[in-house]
Amino acid sequence: MFESSFLSLVTFFPLLAVFILLFFSSRAEKGIKVFGIIFSIIHFLISLKLLFDFDYSVYKLQFVEKSKWIASHFLNSQYFIGIDGISLFIILLTTFLMPIIFLSTYSGITKKVKSFYINMFLLEVGILGSLVALDLFLFYVFWEIMLIPMYFIIGVWGGERRIYAAIKFFIYTMAGSLLMLLGIMYMYRVAGTFDVFKLYGYHFSLKEQIYLFSVFAIAFAIKVPVFPFHTWLPDAHTEAPTAGSVILAGVLLKLGTYGFLRFAMPLFPDAMVKFAPYVIILAIVGIIYGALVAMVQKDIKKLVAYSSVSHLGYVMLGLFALTIYGMQGGMLQMINHGISTGALFLLVGIVYERKHTRLISEYGGIAKVMPLYATFFMIVTLSSIGLPLTNGFVGEFSILLGTFKSSWQHAWIYTAFAATGVILGAVYMLWMYQRVFFNTEPSEENKNLEDLKIREIAYLVPLVIMIFWIGIYPSFFFRRMEKSVDYYLRIFKSKQTVMLIDAGKGGIR
Amino acid sequence: MTGYVWLIPVFPLIGFLINGLFGKRLSRKTIGVIASGAILFSFLLACVIFFQMNSSVELSEKGIRNVLFPWIHIGDFSVNFGYLFDRLSGSMTLMVAGVSFLIHVYSIGYMAEEEGYWRYFAYLNLFVFMMLTLVLADNLLLMFVGWEGVGLCSYLLIGFYYTTEVASDAGKKAFIVNRVGDFGFMLGMFFLFTLFGSLEFQHIREAVISAGLKPEHGMGLITLATVLLFLGATGKSAQIPLYVWLPDAMAGPTPVSALIHAATMVTSGVYMIVKLNYVFQLAPITMLTIAWIGGLTALFAATIGTVQNDIKKVLAYSTVSQLGYMFLALGVGAFIAGFFHILTHAFFKALLFLGSGSVIHAMHHAFHHAGIHDKDPQDIRNMGGLKKYMPKTYWTFLVATLAIAGFPPFAGFFSKDEILWKTFASSHRVLWAIGAFAAILTSFYMFRLVYLTFFGEFRGSKREEEALHESPSVMTFPLIALAVLSVIGGWIGFPHIFKLPNVLEQYLEPVIENTGGIHFLHNSALEWGLMDVSILCAIAGWLFARTLYAGKSDVPGKLAKTFSYFYSILLNKYYVDEIYFALIIRPVKKIGDFCWLFIDTIIIDGTVNLVAYLARCFGRIYSLYQNGAVKVYALTMLGGILVLFWIFF
Repeated sequence: MFESSFLSLVTFFPLLAVFILLFFSSRAEKGIKVFGIIFSIIHFLISLKLLFDFDYSVYKLQFVEKSKWIASHFLNSQYFIGIDGISLFIILLTTFLMPIIFLSTYSGITKKVKSFYINMFLLEVGILGSLVALDLFLFYVFWEIMLIPMYFIIGVWGGERRIYAAIKFFIYTMAGSLLMLLGIMYMYRVAGTFDVFKLYGYHFSLKEQIYLFSVFAIAFAIKVPVFPFHTWLPDAHTEAPTAGSVILAGVLLKLGTYGFLRFAMPLFPDAMVKFAPYVIILAIVGIIYGALVAMVQKDIKKLVAYSSVSHLGYVMLGLFALTIYGMQGGMLQMINHGISTGALFLLVGIVYERKHTRLISEYGGIAKVMPLYATFFMIVTLSSIGLPLTNGFVGEFSILLGTFKSSWQHAWIYTAFAATGVILGAVYMLWMYQRVFFNTEPSEENKNLEDLKIREIAYLVPLVIMIFWIGIYPSFFFRRMEKSVDYYLRIFKSKQTVMLIDAGKGGIR
Repeated sequence: MTGYVWLIPVFPLIGFLINGLFGKRLSRKTIGVIASGAILFSFLLACVIFFQMNSSVELSEKGIRNVLFPWIHIGDFSVNFGYLFDRLSGSMTLMVAGVSFLIHVYSIGYMAEEEGYWRYFAYLNLFVFMMLTLVLADNLLLMFVGWEGVGLCSYLLIGFYYTTEVASDAGKKAFIVNRVGDFGFMLGMFFLFTLFGSLEFQHIREAVISAGLKPEHGMGLITLATVLLFLGATGKSAQIPLYVWLPDAMAGPTPVSALIHAATMVTSGVYMIVKLNYVFQLAPITMLTIAWIGGLTALFAATIGTVQNDIKKVLAYSTVSQLGYMFLALGVGAFIAGFFHILTHAFFKALLFLGSGSVIHAMHHAFHHAGIHDKDPQDIRNMGGLKKYMPKTYWTFLVATLAIAGFPPFAGFFSKDEILWKTFASSHRVLWAIGAFAAILTSFYMFRLVYLTFFGEFRGSKREEEALHESPSVMTFPLIALAVLSVIGGWIGFPHIFKLPNVLEQYLEPVIENTGGIHFLHNSALEWGLMDVSILCAIAGWLFARTLYAGKSDVPGKLAKTFSYFYSILLNKYYVDEIYFALIIRPVKKIGDFCWLFIDTIIIDGTVNLVAYLARCFGRIYSLYQNGAVKVYALTMLGGILVLFWIFF
């Protein structure tokens, strides 16, 4: 019955939850929470159809829906949505993380429960919409919709400095996206369409491309975040409630890298190729810088936040290497980061709920009182530092291989610098792990910390399964991305070759 | 059974899963039986497959390959989960599984009273799974899985007593230092993939042979690739400059030191290079580097070993030193000699560690009995005269000492002599001299250990002495088994001048591809002569130790006083840890602080907040106009209208 508009169903399904929630009494907290969990599980199950029916034998847009939306003579935007191998897994990651997040908030959120759930579901619509939209205007609308619920989630349910963090997040992101809006409008005026795939074929002059790429790149770079646009992130992550941090790290950041891959890179390939070496350098700086700063943090959550800067640096590096290995690795790393860092935030949330502090120095020897917790934390730590047979390794390895094999000059030197992140990653994660879990007998007040509850195990186990699934059998994921990556790579590759030939000529002269 | 090679590593994996998931609810006996049984199955299966392979000409040439499923496939990069059982990996598997089994059995006794018994055996099984994956992998990337996997288990087991800072520091240090090596390994793999288009051993080998590559082709890329892979090896196999983690690793339970940090894991760097011998030979610069690093490490670590007072520390530096010999062998092109030393070293060094474990076990009980908690059961200054109380431990320890010191016909004699001879025969005279001198030191520090531990009078109180006893048979059985191997293990590699078959060399000949055109001198008279020199070295070291430590003598103390400067340098291990701390660890932390507190907080965030502040200031200025005075509004409006007129007309 929903065959023809299945993707819309998946995208807007959370609105139904919002509608139903309106009828709940705000005092029925337990009911609201249980409803959120059940509803999000149903949503996830429905969204699995996208995976089962996804045809990965050739590149094509799937579950496409196209109809008139705003049709006036000065603004003609279509309701054009669809997915391919680029967006498929990020969408599934979103629907996969939601039930996990709701299970974790069962005890984490205590005030204004109803509006929290409404905000979360609205946020999900914004995220999914941004991922399926193939019309620039439509994309922009969803992109901005995301901001508002996120702003409330940080600002209302956050920590002590929540207002500062929320406003910083909002204005920072907004400033970036307004520039992008100007770019979108300009493109519409020149090319007469918002349709992304038509725009791929439209040739902007190099000068136009440079301006347009810049505004898009800044908007997305803030979201990713690319060094030096990252300072909103540690604040937002640290102040947000656990649920907010998980969705922020798990999915929202990916929209930045997704934006690069879907919009900024293919729309303005000439400019992208010109800028790529600089982006690569920023990505590598981000990898090392993020790791170094993470190393000296005293707050576990802030440490994880800075580690995101480092990990997202890998993703950017992989995408801009412009090789099949790098791009596939980069895309896989987006999912990996969502799982591993999401899990880390959940784990930090678990002890925070028990002890109300995130300072590393307040812990020590916890492995003795919370052995199960320590085990889960260890597995996720290993995934985060990219130990083979976990997801992190497959992603990092492919990205580094892709960088090494890329046709940029001095590619192997880039790779060598980026690979130091592998060492630094182990340093900051294991050092933190040691100070929290090992080193001493647990102190008197920590002796009574309670180990994981069944509910907590229930939402950690799926994440651990994903960690090993991707780590041991990544082919399942690579296969479904392959054709899409090929498609985009062909757009980029032709431009890169031209540029390298030009550079070569310049060298001869 | 040729389709079941993969089961060899999978048995321990199953053991790990059972003990890891349900160990808490199982009895100690069950846990020990499951863990040891899993390894026994692996060993037996490996034996069966080994004999099957050798009985078929085709299989023993090509090896048995089991490809399970594709792992990473992107574009033209493809790596499978595949195991390859051939002459080299088969031999190594037998050693690893065999020694692991003995050490598992020993652990049942050694760990009997420890907390976290199931955790210990789960980790130990996981280690064997990873180690066998490393050994049997049919491609470099899967080898790397095992490579990092054994590193993880090493980390977990070093830090087994995690509530002490020493142990958790040591575990972390091992992991991070190894990561530095792994960084090299990874880049090395990228180079090899670029050069040969695959990471499968068979493929690389065929590519090297079919292209007829020779060192004269002078390919910088191969040099770079091999140096980077060697960096990986210096991490895992504890060579200069990355050896620093191994002495600290002794914080783990002693059987772990025997299994991981003596017999198996630390030799994997050597194994990797033997496996890729046809690539390494193409890079003479790398080979020379390996030889010198190996030789220098052998000497350097041996000097430190001569003054340490912790029984396990002596053995740890001894391991570093012996690994140096192996690399020396590889560097001069004597790959089989290097591999030979892996095998013999596994027997006698595992035995030494288990023996020291037996001693520590006894000392621990003695202190416990006497109600002493502040004395170190590993300090040889607290021991003495243990021969009387622990005859089995003593005799087996002595056998291992004779083996490592290089007395014929014990195992170590043959492999070490082979290395020294090959070094000389490939005209590396200086390196030979270094190796021979290190051999004197080896013999010296080992006999020093024997004399201080087992001879003379017990240096503790009567009450301690009452409780001294031999370890239970579950611990002495492995000692005896390993002692037998330490005697006869060397007989598989008789030197040519003995006119006896050299089984190992004949067997492994096909594994080595002489792409580097390496050749050795043949001169029987000279070889006999040098062999006599090696034996003399062993005797010299022993006599020196006997003079100093056999009776009650104040000579050692006087020596230490006279040369107090050198003595304290040696005792403090040349201050390498302190140097690393000052030159690397502290600066990196400082940079981290600088990045965070200055760049991040002041510069970047400062700019962001400044922009916000400026915006607010502008807002304030304009808000001055909104003062409610109609006059001002009217005036502003008038001004606006005038401006518009001015623009449009």
